[in-house]
Amino acid sequence: MLVFATRRLLLLPLILFVTATACFFILRTVPGGPFDQERVLPPQIQKNIEAKYSLDRPLVVQYGMYMRDLVHGDLGPSFRYLNRSVNEIILQAFPVSMTLGMLGLMFALTLGVGAGVLAAVKKNTALDYGSMTLAMVGVSVPNFVLGPVLIIAFVYYLDWFPVAGWGRLSHLVLPAVVTGAPYAAYFARLARGGMLEVLQQDYIRTARAKGLPARTVIAKHALKSGLIPVVSFLGPATANLLSGSIVVEMIFDIPGLGTFFTQGALNRDYLLVIGVVLVFATLLLIFNLLVDLAYAWLDPRIRLE
Amino acid sequence: MRVEGALALWGLLSCTACFSPPADFTFINGAEPQTLDPAIATGVPENRIISSLFEGLTTRHPETLEPLPGMAESWDVSDDGHVYTFRIREDARWSNGEPFTAHDFVYSWRRALTPETAAQYSYQLWYIKNAEKFNAGEISDFSEVGVRALDDRTLEVTLENPTPYFVSLTSFYTLFPVHRGTVERWGDEWIKPEHIVTNGPFLLRDWRLRHEIYLVKNPRYWDAENVALRSVRVLPSENANTAFNLYEKGTADWHGSMPAHLTDLLLERPDVHVAPYLGTYFVRVNVTRPPLDDPRVRLALFQSVRREDIVRYITRGGEVPAYTFTPPMHGYEPPEAPGYDPEEARRLLAEAGYPGGRGLRKLVYLYNTLEGHRDIAEVLQQQWKENLGVDIELLNQEWKVYLNSQRNLEYDLSRSGWIGDYVDPNTFLDMFVTGGGNNATGWSNEEYDALIARAARTDDHAERMRIFRRAERILVMDGPPVIPLYYYVVRWMYPPYVRGAPPNLLGELFLKNIWIEKEGV
Repeated sequence: MLVFATRRLLLLPLILFVTATACFFILRTVPGGPFDQERVLPPQIQKNIEAKYSLDRPLVVQYGMYMRDLVHGDLGPSFRYLNRSVNEIILQAFPVSMTLGMLGLMFALTLGVGAGVLAAVKKNTALDYGSMTLAMVGVSVPNFVLGPVLIIAFVYYLDWFPVAGWGRLSHLVLPAVVTGAPYAAYFARLARGGMLEVLQQDYIRTARAKGLPARTVIAKHALKSGLIPVVSFLGPATANLLSGSIVVEMIFDIPGLGTFFTQGALNRDYLLVIGVVLVFATLLLIFNLLVDLAYAWLDPRIRLE
Repeated sequence: MRVEGALALWGLLSCTACFSPPADFTFINGAEPQTLDPAIATGVPENRIISSLFEGLTTRHPETLEPLPGMAESWDVSDDGHVYTFRIREDARWSNGEPFTAHDFVYSWRRALTPETAAQYSYQLWYIKNAEKFNAGEISDFSEVGVRALDDRTLEVTLENPTPYFVSLTSFYTLFPVHRGTVERWGDEWIKPEHIVTNGPFLLRDWRLRHEIYLVKNPRYWDAENVALRSVRVLPSENANTAFNLYEKGTADWHGSMPAHLTDLLLERPDVHVAPYLGTYFVRVNVTRPPLDDPRVRLALFQSVRREDIVRYITRGGEVPAYTFTPPMHGYEPPEAPGYDPEEARRLLAEAGYPGGRGLRKLVYLYNTLEGHRDIAEVLQQQWKENLGVDIELLNQEWKVYLNSQRNLEYDLSRSGWIGDYVDPNTFLDMFVTGGGNNATGWSNEEYDALIARAARTDDHAERMRIFRRAERILVMDGPPVIPLYYYVVRWMYPPYVRGAPPNLLGELFLKNIWIEKEGV
């Protein structure tokens, strides 16, 4: 297992290199530059700006300079937030996205797995139908609808939470719920499906026949294998959640990574976009690795090597 | 394990649970400032903060925008209008206690003009003798540029041409002073709260990207006794609905816009303040492409748009229908322009060889992604079809792609907007000189060019205004390259307890002048 993990981690720099290279050249094919604006700048000023950011150099030279800095951990300057480096922006925004993403994930796992397991155990009852209908709604309702609905209910009518912003614990609740809701719904469906399959296995029947209490059968014997589908989705879901959601960030004014990424693309803030993509790629690779390791733990028949 | 998990979560949350104390005044600033460095800043959200942190030779009256003494307590202008002598006030200090001198301006303007600084608005200093050449790297000896400190308290500025609005320009942020020692010591990091040294009414206490900026009163500011606010929170909220929610729930005391879909409801409220804004929404016409190279076709398009429908049914926020490019402003009344006259428009189109629009190819109307632009485009499409029989195809492009298309004249008609930098018709009219960077229509008129050049050499105010009127008459009468639709308005929201924040023509918010009239503040 150690060899497997090491091999995967060693691949990380290569994957990041390919990702950065692809992003670098793809972004440059899009029309418009980072300093284009409605007010056209006099040519000599345009020249000064391009010289300052090395945009006047051939693309290959710019690429070489970027890669040289990247090797040293320098993601370069932002073209939108002047005087700021991409490192600085990511260091400021990533903890925000990570906090929100972790809370969203905790909410999604608690609610989703709980509801899914319960629905499987109480198959074909009102509880099953009810939770699966809710899960269907959760998957279908986009967060740009759920967010405003929760704001109307919990901010305007009940006055329980602040409307938007960041900094206090109370700011986290609604965004975490909106972030986690679709994942909760998805987890619920996966958990139900996984559990139903396991509950039909012979060893579960044997455990029941031995007279073990239902709770023990589920907790000790069924859950571990039943949750494998949930675990397999956990990797990309975690990477997604931790790297920020543009919609939730816009609705609740959260200074996370998501908006920096989309605004970066719109502003042609090339290096910021590549920086965020690299963060996302790293998260994705690490969490997928963790998922693979978790597989082996959950089901010893799986051999990673 | 459970304890470790709880500790880890606490650690994460504690990163975010760092909030500023409540402030006397909290306002929504729209986009996150690109920078707070006066030399390289460019936008309105930047201006609101920078103008609170720094002060130029002059400041502005919060309502009329007339220049008032700032770092300069007085100034003289030579008889020929070329040489300005500013007297720096004796009690001016930097926020670190160092005395403020005329040399600070020489350093700051030199820095803004140095090519390596890459200041986008450095052309605001080009009125100064040889400043453009220095900025372009054509000369490297700054002593040839027309700015020098005669002594610690006297700054002499020599201009290329008499520029009557130059004193107003000295309150524009590109011309603000920066603290030499701080800039030289910290480089790009000099604007961080832990380093920055300022000379304005407020100090930068905290700045977290897309989260908040926190300002506190500067006790060393020369006019500190007249600054009422002790602290200000600035919220960068770009989403119109979220910003409105923040204002509506009392988190913010001031909001500089309103959600378009609520305009009708909100306009009735006493906390909504609508006032003229120095900006025009207009359509650019690409005069290099047939049939738009025919002035009669352009004039027909101009005269067949009922602007009243656009402001009444689409924008609905008190905008004023526009037939001239320059909005009315203090001292300048735009000339008469062709009005809405579909009969005359049809006649012109027929005269150009397209009676009832027959034979005229489909014209492409370019606009950037925004619901409001699309709605206006659809009204224009319908009116031009109804009034002239002209078919219009709508082409929506993402902002930067749209800018690229407009700049390269890859359009027939293109929606545009222009906001003046300073209160003078020149900020609108010098756009359309032949080959002007912001012309983007291909239009050229020798007489127009000569008039704009003449206005730049004239220091008599009344005469300049007459020249601008003549120029603008050419712009809107002589086969117009622009079809003005409406003049913008500012739509501010603030409750009655916020005092000293009158809307003005440039939409500027002067924190220095604001006070709060409610219990406890």
